[in-house]
Amino acid sequence: MERHRHLDYDLDNMRNRVLLLGGKTETALARAMFALVERDTAAAEEVLRDDDQIDQLELEIDRLCIDVLALRQPAARDLRFVVSVAKVTPILERIADHACNIARAAIDLNDEPQLKFFAELPRMAALASAMLRAALDAFTTGNAAEARNVIDGDDEIDALYEHMFQTLIALMSSDPTTTGRGARLLLIAKHLERVGDYVTDICELTVYMAEAAFIKHSN
Amino acid sequence: MQTTHARRYATNAVMTTLTAACAFFAVAVLVLILGYIAYRGLGAISFQFLIETPKPVGEGGGIGNAILGTLILLAMACVVGMPFGIATGIYLAEYGAGRFASLVRFLTDTLTGIPSILVGVFVYTIIVLPMKQFSAMAGGVALAVIMIPIVARTTEEMIRLVPASLREGALALGAPQWRVTTGVVLPAAASGIVTGAMLAVARVSGETAPLLFTAFGSRFFNVYLDQPMASLTVQIYNYAISPYDEWHAQAWAATLILMTLILVINITVRFFTRQKV
Amino acid sequence: MIEPRAAVPQAEQQQATAQAKVSVRELNFFYGAAQALFNISLDISERLVMAFIGPSGCGKSTFLRTLNRMNDTIPGTRATGEVLIDGEDIYAPGLNVVDLRRRVGMVFQKSNPFPKSIFDNVAYGLRINRLTTNKTELQDRVQQALEDAAIWSEVKDRLKASALGLSGGQQQRLCIARALAVRPEVLLMDEPASALDPIATQKIEELIVELKKQYTIVIVTHNMQQAARVSDVTAFFWLGKLIEVNATEKMFTNPNEKLTEDYITGRFG
Repeated sequence: MERHRHLDYDLDNMRNRVLLLGGKTETALARAMFALVERDTAAAEEVLRDDDQIDQLELEIDRLCIDVLALRQPAARDLRFVVSVAKVTPILERIADHACNIARAAIDLNDEPQLKFFAELPRMAALASAMLRAALDAFTTGNAAEARNVIDGDDEIDALYEHMFQTLIALMSSDPTTTGRGARLLLIAKHLERVGDYVTDICELTVYMAEAAFIKHSN
Repeated sequence: MQTTHARRYATNAVMTTLTAACAFFAVAVLVLILGYIAYRGLGAISFQFLIETPKPVGEGGGIGNAILGTLILLAMACVVGMPFGIATGIYLAEYGAGRFASLVRFLTDTLTGIPSILVGVFVYTIIVLPMKQFSAMAGGVALAVIMIPIVARTTEEMIRLVPASLREGALALGAPQWRVTTGVVLPAAASGIVTGAMLAVARVSGETAPLLFTAFGSRFFNVYLDQPMASLTVQIYNYAISPYDEWHAQAWAATLILMTLILVINITVRFFTRQKV
Repeated sequence: MIEPRAAVPQAEQQQATAQAKVSVRELNFFYGAAQALFNISLDISERLVMAFIGPSGCGKSTFLRTLNRMNDTIPGTRATGEVLIDGEDIYAPGLNVVDLRRRVGMVFQKSNPFPKSIFDNVAYGLRINRLTTNKTELQDRVQQALEDAAIWSEVKDRLKASALGLSGGQQQRLCIARALAVRPEVLLMDEPASALDPIATQKIEELIVELKKQYTIVIVTHNMQQAARVSDVTAFFWLGKLIEVNATEKMFTNPNEKLTEDYITGRFG
């Protein structure tokens, strides 16, 4: 019953581009965190330099989506895939933007003495990266069950963020000289927390794509 | 490659020339006939010739009674033949699916091919003999019998040309079958049916043989249907086989008139078919 | 936690069953010995547009034509089962087919105006069924039908002109006006725009959406985008069987059946 369609070629192409974008986003996030933890300014600058490629890729996928919608009029499963890709792409781009922001903060922090090593940050980053990778796998294979699993991981990131927030507020109020660096670290934690939220969005889109079920805003 | 092309062009040129030559030849024969009839016939035509009855040789005379006779005979043939022919055609097209219809169709086809003189003999047997005289009525019936199969088959063909979608459109509006036939199908096929009918008229207006034993011919003006009646074709026949040059000339003139009559009928047909939607 | 959207149209459908205008029960249809429709059961709700889609020869047109017994005109056809319109079986013995066809109008794939004037075309059904008592009423009904079919402004100055002089799209709207003139309750449309250019098609589609306020409309279409644009409910036929009936948006985003999905995404071999 299945046969080759021109549409399949377009959809495969889109899937590959999304994977590529996801891979670059993962790399950016991982490298930004490496720059922060290892106080490696060169790695941070690399993240900022490579962001241009991510932006170009986003534009390219946008165009693909519009072309497929306009020229191929996909329906059902195909339609849900194209719409999901169109919504996932800017999310990935925004995750990359957060990676850039972390990289910038790292550059600034690397110019000053290290405040204190917070174990929560690499833990949050590792979680976020793992979630992102799992979410992209689930998305490209249309695995709704896996996507649901990933969503549950976000709670841990949120908890870590909350803990970090309390610690930094206490530190900054006890020693005002730490306020600048403390605020930067807090922002980095916030960026990672946002990444967790975005990954959750990707998973919700995966569930929609696979099952046509809207799980966003449902709990 | 090149030679193939050259041969194709050559073949094309030869075939075009051949078909054009054939077409020219066919038209040329027709023009020659018409021209010769006009050439031989025009001399004898006068107003007198058109309104007078035949007179003995040397006294002139005309074909007025024959023109009138032909018109009456054709009118009678139409009155008798058209309703039968058209009704048969409608039956065959609209209801004709069974074995009976196939039989009717076969018989009408056979009837179309029957030599017209046989029709004359047939009508002679069933009308002239019982009445013990030749009559216009018998002539009209003979012409009608020739017309019926022609009209029936053209009517059937024309009705069949009416698209099924038109019938369905009417049926879907709640029209019963007979109203679909009378209100939609017949009007749609009307121009075609008229054409067929008029061509049938043109066909029978040239018939001589069936009239010889039926309407017979007459030297007088006659409008009574139970009397023998003159007709152009019989008049032409009689004059043509006579030994007199004057009558020969009159036969040519009558032929020209008959040709004109058929031409008028054909032009009328064209006019009618173009008027229709 | 998860509320699949599929639950919504199902609820709608159950509601629809209660007030179905046309209700088909286990309908089978035969052309001679060949069975064309298999055990079709389907409800068509009032004042909605239902679209029938499916590949050529899947029986969707045949099924449409069972709803006003147009198949009766084809010799050797036979139907079993029930087709209820307002609860009345239209295949019951003694049913007046002429009256049925007045209540269930039909527009065909190829526009088929009669070779008459524009006015006479629309007046035909009114005259046949003696629905008007005087000339003024007849004229009013003709005008109303032409207005409803969104063609009045284009033809009002040439009502006496031949209908065959109209463009293809105008002819089709005239045919719709002709069907509307007798005020049917259900309007069947057999690929009404398949022979029209995109502009004329758009006009017909807008007209369909407008007409559903007053009529129950069933449309057969080969054009899936058209079904998506004009219909509220879509039914998918395949090899004479009804595979799926669903709310149109559900059908085109997430059909229940694999066959339906394969068809509307163009995966049919």
